[in-house]
Amino acid sequence: MLTALDKRLLKEVADLHRDPPGAYNIRKDGQGIDRHSLPGIEVKPKTGEPGIEVIVEPGKEGTVHIPVLLTESDQSDLVYNTIDIGAEADILLVAGCGIHNPGGGTAQHDGLHTITVRKGARLRYVEKHFGEGEGKGERILNPKTEIIVEEGAYVELELVQIRGVDHTVRSTVAQVKPTGQLVMFERMLTDGEQSAESDIEVKLYGDECVARAVSRSVAQDKSRQIFRPRLIAYGRGRGRVECDSIIMGEASIRSIPEIAAEHAEAELAHEAAIGKIAGEQLMKLMALGLTSEEAEEKIISGFLS
Amino acid sequence: MLTLDNVGFALEEDEQKVHILKGVNLQLEAGKMYAITGPNGSGKSSVLKTIMGIFLPTEGKVEFQGQDITNLSVTERARMGIGYAFQQPARFKGLKVKDLLEVAMHDDDITDCKYLRNMGLCPDDYLERPLDSSLSGGEMKRIEIATLLAQDPTVRLFDEPEAGIDLWSFTQLINVVKESHYEDKITVIISHQEKILTMVDEIILVVDGHIEMKGSSESVWPQVRDYSGCACFNSCTKEGEIYADCPR
Repeated sequence: MLTALDKRLLKEVADLHRDPPGAYNIRKDGQGIDRHSLPGIEVKPKTGEPGIEVIVEPGKEGTVHIPVLLTESDQSDLVYNTIDIGAEADILLVAGCGIHNPGGGTAQHDGLHTITVRKGARLRYVEKHFGEGEGKGERILNPKTEIIVEEGAYVELELVQIRGVDHTVRSTVAQVKPTGQLVMFERMLTDGEQSAESDIEVKLYGDECVARAVSRSVAQDKSRQIFRPRLIAYGRGRGRVECDSIIMGEASIRSIPEIAAEHAEAELAHEAAIGKIAGEQLMKLMALGLTSEEAEEKIISGFLS
Repeated sequence: MLTLDNVGFALEEDEQKVHILKGVNLQLEAGKMYAITGPNGSGKSSVLKTIMGIFLPTEGKVEFQGQDITNLSVTERARMGIGYAFQQPARFKGLKVKDLLEVAMHDDDITDCKYLRNMGLCPDDYLERPLDSSLSGGEMKRIEIATLLAQDPTVRLFDEPEAGIDLWSFTQLINVVKESHYEDKITVIISHQEKILTMVDEIILVVDGHIEMKGSSESVWPQVRDYSGCACFNSCTKEGEIYADCPR
């Protein structure tokens, strides 16, 4: 039975206002509390280690929700989830973790997702992280995603962390096979004294594979962010890495993109920018009647949308 | 009525004062259209920015509808009914055309927009477009003007609206600005274009940060006709009157 707090956290991380549609697994405070499979989309617990398996049969279409909720202080939750998207399937997979820490102890969730997207399949993977709580205990999230994009498959990763997470070390490692496509959108906002590190490694194997990784972040107050996106092409692949950050207050941001070509016909590009909110943007919105605070909020919310 | 009373604006540069505007006196009446013209760098935009509150005067006073607004912020002036279409429109990452129009019109969900149509932009094609580098300079300019028209303030300040607009859209632009100039409006346009300078009620010529001459369009236009593009204006005019043949 979901409490009001559970429902609020689910709304934040998975935009759910009722029971999840499609297949799902809800994990709360270290336990699976509700689960539902569909024909051809199986969600089941693992044996021998904490976590679940999601197995999608070839050609299947549907939605899978696998949110994680932490509602108690003093816990460290670790899961190994294995996700297999069958050939020619078309799936929306909504992951994400919401932490409500009411106490002084740390509430931490570490998750390793191993995802295989088979030939010709399409996967949209959305992972949203959120933290809150009246206690002074820290909220820590360390997601690790390892993904293989097979021939002709198309994968879109949307990784969002807006507010409330004290420390995060994120790792995304992807292999893209010939004619596979990977698009990643990372959105992050840190404030207070939060810290965030994001490592992305995308390897392009063979010909005609394409990858694009876009990170947009805002660092406020005294928070710190480090981005290390790496793109390596071993064949005739094309890729682009973009890191765009707004820095405010006394925050610190480091963006260290790397591109590496191991083939004469690889085409790779990167760009990185860090700066304050442009004065002309603020001025335009203020000339339309917004206060400078409202203008700043509008610009940041648009930037991270 | 909007008045600038002996307005000056100076900046400190390398411990020296640089006077951008000096002794500017203007009385702008409701129902009238004004054009500000003059050489590049003369202070035309600075006059508009002083009205909008982007620059706060270092001397003098700005009054609007009987109230001293000299030290009011841009936000406060916008809420009183002053609006600005910038010469170089700001681009945003993440905000769409629709977002800007919703702020201008205090509306949460715009699905159609006559102000875009009037500027030759189909709402179906443009409302969802991001205001980033994917839009051309001309498109950004037309969207900028559309947002000012959508805001519909009492005082409308257009900073070189023609820049970046193609010839065919320019006529439409003039018509739209004219038709939306209702009798309670004050419209001020910075321009070098004959069509605008002859359309307005009064022309204000700004040179070196001060008002060189001002008056009705009919009387001032013949005198400033060559001024904006002419470097030898002083050799054929004295006290605003043409007294010698043009040396060119």
